[in-house]
Amino acid sequence: MFWKYGLFFSILSGGVWGVFWQIFFTVVGILILGTPLSLELSQIMIIGPIAGILYIKSQKLLSIKFHLTVIIIITLLIFVSHSGNPYQAEDENQLIIFMLILLTSFFLWLSLNHSLYNLSPGKLSKHDIESFFIKFIWGIGLIILILITLIPFYIMIITSLKNQQSLILNPLDLSINLNTDLKTLFNSYIELFTNFNFHLFLINSFIVSCTTVIITLFFSIPGAYALARLRIPNKKIFSGTVILIYLIPSIVLIIPLYAIFSYIGLRNSLLGLILVYPATTIPVALYMLRGYFSALSSEIDDAALMDGLSRIQIILKIAIPLSKPAIVSVGLYVFMIAWNEFLIAFMFLDDPNIFTLSRGIMSLNSSEIPQQHLMAGAVIATIPVMIIFLYLEKFLISGLSAGGVKG
Amino acid sequence: MTNIVKKNQNTLLEKEKKLGLILLLPTILIVLSVVIFPLLANFWISFKPISLGDLRPPKLIVKERIKGKLSDKNQLAEIQYRYRNSSIKYDLENVIIKDMIPNGFTVKDLQPAQFCKLKLKELTCNLDNVSSRSSGKIILKVHKNDQWQKELDNPKKTKPLVTFSSKNILTSFEFNTENFKKVFSASEFFEVFKVSFYYTIFGTAGALLVGLLAAQILQKSFRGRSIVRGLLLFPYVSPVIAVAFAWVILFDPFSGIVNAMLVQMNVIDKPINFFGQKYTDIIIFGYVFKFPLALSMVIAFEIWRYFPLSFLFILARMQSFPEEVYDAAKIDGASPLQQFYYISLPFLIGIMSILFLLRFIWTFNKFDDIFLLTGGNAGTRTFTVNVYEQAFAISNLGAGAAVAVVIFIFLLTFSLLFIRYSKKETF
Repeated sequence: MFWKYGLFFSILSGGVWGVFWQIFFTVVGILILGTPLSLELSQIMIIGPIAGILYIKSQKLLSIKFHLTVIIIITLLIFVSHSGNPYQAEDENQLIIFMLILLTSFFLWLSLNHSLYNLSPGKLSKHDIESFFIKFIWGIGLIILILITLIPFYIMIITSLKNQQSLILNPLDLSINLNTDLKTLFNSYIELFTNFNFHLFLINSFIVSCTTVIITLFFSIPGAYALARLRIPNKKIFSGTVILIYLIPSIVLIIPLYAIFSYIGLRNSLLGLILVYPATTIPVALYMLRGYFSALSSEIDDAALMDGLSRIQIILKIAIPLSKPAIVSVGLYVFMIAWNEFLIAFMFLDDPNIFTLSRGIMSLNSSEIPQQHLMAGAVIATIPVMIIFLYLEKFLISGLSAGGVKG
Repeated sequence: MTNIVKKNQNTLLEKEKKLGLILLLPTILIVLSVVIFPLLANFWISFKPISLGDLRPPKLIVKERIKGKLSDKNQLAEIQYRYRNSSIKYDLENVIIKDMIPNGFTVKDLQPAQFCKLKLKELTCNLDNVSSRSSGKIILKVHKNDQWQKELDNPKKTKPLVTFSSKNILTSFEFNTENFKKVFSASEFFEVFKVSFYYTIFGTAGALLVGLLAAQILQKSFRGRSIVRGLLLFPYVSPVIAVAFAWVILFDPFSGIVNAMLVQMNVIDKPINFFGQKYTDIIIFGYVFKFPLALSMVIAFEIWRYFPLSFLFILARMQSFPEEVYDAAKIDGASPLQQFYYISLPFLIGIMSILFLLRFIWTFNKFDDIFLLTGGNAGTRTFTVNVYEQAFAISNLGAGAAVAVVIFIFLLTFSLLFIRYSKKETF
């Protein structure tokens, strides 16, 4: 059967990788140049397989010199097959077009080198075929995964740096014009902080989130310790209830909370948020911390009890210092929940002076306010979480995996 | 001897019990007041015909005015109290208005006399019933007497004291099942039900599968792996409002980059409103399929945002797996696919089913994402969005609460299933 031969796979992967990179760099070209580029795939569907055959046939004599020569040959082939003008772009952009084609060839060759490495052109075993497919899918999967994850964030940042005119004129131009001065570049951000009270929103969000973390930890640490260590009747039922409560979404509670808080006059206030948020995070924190405390050896506690320490002293002097990393990750996780919370802030807050960031960004979502302001707001809300995440990734990941099924 | 030990143990146990309850008490109280009480209140509200406007408590507004010159001894001046029931729906009962008349005045006439009495200098008007939207006046004709002092004797200085009682729909014992009838009989119930389950099932399964794929990819070690692992978590840790609006702008029909790109590359003729179009026709071999576009976009967002979680869990589980088993399998000649199918998958099936159930519950409960992307329009209205729609868009709190009750019943069923199932698996 023909499909059991390495040669077939070299043709297949040459074609697929060729098409993939052609599309990829056409999109990149459109984004950089901001002008239409036509996408033609028929040429690469022939050149790709040729490159694949070339790779698998010449595996024995691979050297840097050889690699470079082949890449340049592929580049020239693409040019010739498109009769000298791939993408049918304007003449002034020829240098960038050349770079794009060169990159297409380079990545095509690199991908072939990854998926065809050590594959013989002859008949292959089942094992070899599977390894080929896995390598092949691995490569494409990784690239697609990264792209899909990052594109919305890229759009967010680029849009926030544009002005209204250029957005409407050409939505495809996603390059950053570095020739403009900083003031016009960051115009949306300056606008948000001067005219839209975003400095207040930032402060409000910080107040609410930090207070939530403090209250949550203050109540959940002793509670979790009690659940992990002390002999309490009906402990199992209690733990089960904690999980159940942790699964109740705020949309089920929002109507009565809205009604009750309206009656007692706490609705349109930060205090109202500070009362509600910990109630939603304490069960999560309790659940997570209970796990950490149970994992600590109880012999230390027993020894301390012998030495005459009270349980409260044990919590303060032994349990907390020993589980500091756990407490940090729980704290970060709670901060993230409070910072990102939308529904309750949206329903509760009416007064623009006490908006949190989520609520503030929602108020930017109107046809009168330009898109780039909305995206600048989104960036402002995302940056603090990202900073925390990048600095304390290890802690946050352990926090996420302990309680992160919520959200 | 043993008795003493036992006794000591018992007191120790008692002490521990007490301390444990004390440590847990604040948590219990907070959760009771902000979760359990509202939950019960939600059941209460769901049986009541109550609208958003009913939340404003009815008030009696009283304004005090002076007509004529108080400083003239020979002329009568008027002190007027105008009152008005602010509510358009509720009557006020047992209305009493009280005020002090300064010493410097002599009251000549009091209207309406049947309700109002003047005892010494205290005016008491027992108005009894003030029906909704009605208003009235209390008029005192006065002139100043010898005790009058200019600064002290301004009648407006003391504010009238108002007490009343009113029927409150929230606390009354009037119940009916209108809200539930409305929720269940409406033709949209089936539609909402269908959309909710499509969204939940495809969103959960999609996120789980992409998560599994991502975990498989990141299982292999390569340069920059930890950076990529961090990158892949971005969608999950960012604020929902930020990423949801980024998606909306990305797929915007007028200035969105996806539409512009697809038009530019001649894939489509004119821009598509991805989040606003309920169906789009897809032609396969001459047959026209109605593809639910907006719902699929919302599901795609759900997958994009939550695959990192499944990924994280599955990767963590995979890395705890002993490498030797794979080595042994390789020696036995198992192909990579066989390794995955016969070793990895059985090992991961436990965590994946737990993840599926938990994520199923959370996806079912999801509100923010759909609300921000489509507002529940274009065939994306799930139960959660329906709560908002009924309670705050149509202002019918009762109906919204009834939908919330339906959600809670589903949730309870899923949770019990989860707890029952998770006992078998170590999680």
